[in-house]
Amino acid sequence: MLAELSMHIIDIVQNSISAGADLIKVKIHELKDRDLLIIEVEDNGKGMDKDQINRVQDPFYTTKSFKRVGLGIPLFKQTAEHCDGSFQILSEPSKGTLIRATFKKSHVDLPPMGNLRDTILTLVVGEPNVDFVFEVETDGVVFVLDTREVKKELQDVPINHPEVVKFLREYIGENLKTMEVAS
Amino acid sequence: MKLEDLRKIREKAEKELKLREGKARIRIVVGMGTSGIAAGAREVLKAFLDEIEKRNLQDVMVTQSGEKGLSSHEPVAEVWEEGKPIVVYGNLTPEIARRIVADHVVNGNPVSEFVIEVREA
Repeated sequence: MLAELSMHIIDIVQNSISAGADLIKVKIHELKDRDLLIIEVEDNGKGMDKDQINRVQDPFYTTKSFKRVGLGIPLFKQTAEHCDGSFQILSEPSKGTLIRATFKKSHVDLPPMGNLRDTILTLVVGEPNVDFVFEVETDGVVFVLDTREVKKELQDVPINHPEVVKFLREYIGENLKTMEVAS
Repeated sequence: MKLEDLRKIREKAEKELKLREGKARIRIVVGMGTSGIAAGAREVLKAFLDEIEKRNLQDVMVTQSGEKGLSSHEPVAEVWEEGKPIVVYGNLTPEIARRIVADHVVNGNPVSEFVIEVREA
């Protein structure tokens, strides 16, 4: 069990990176009137066939040779289902993977989102060669961070340059500040 | 704040990058697998970033990686420096991460009590 939903996001994104993705879209969508929270991670990695989709949901399966078990996906699935939500993997070999988890927002066992700003920051800075699109939506307010746009402004300056990190932390923080889902 | 504000940062950074041919002197890689995240790897990575920013160390890069197979020592981080063996730190906290930046990265003295492995690059 991970203590925060944002930790699950980091964890699921690692799978996308391991699958060779260079574009990862993370969507966090809160639908208040339906008491629903949706988290989606979509990548353009190598994808999976039906058999692999079933196996990655099994807590006793891993693709890593040095580990006997891989728990990222089963943990996320368990959390979603435990919170009266749902869990879905859509994937096709060589096309990519979409993981969608839904949660009942008011469920008493729903883990807190945790620090979404630091989550986004550590991923976009920590994986400078991967592009990310983070979309956070709540109550009709949308914040989108597309690192392709950031990199276009930066040109040859790396996204993990200290001055850029400082800017991004403030920029992401300012945009998420008023959004309930981010707290 | 707007993304266009990045242009000013870029112009300033480009000049400095030219001076050192755009190369990072040191790379810090934080393991962010499931057990690493659960053990606090995100806060450790954030502490590295904060300390590097505070000291304005433009030639130090922080990146992340998946599971390293050292789960019992999570959070773990590796320090890669050109021409030197890779130093692997374990059981990290944000405080130790800041110490690694001060002692190891800036002053060249690895924080030996938290080193769990040294290996050839």
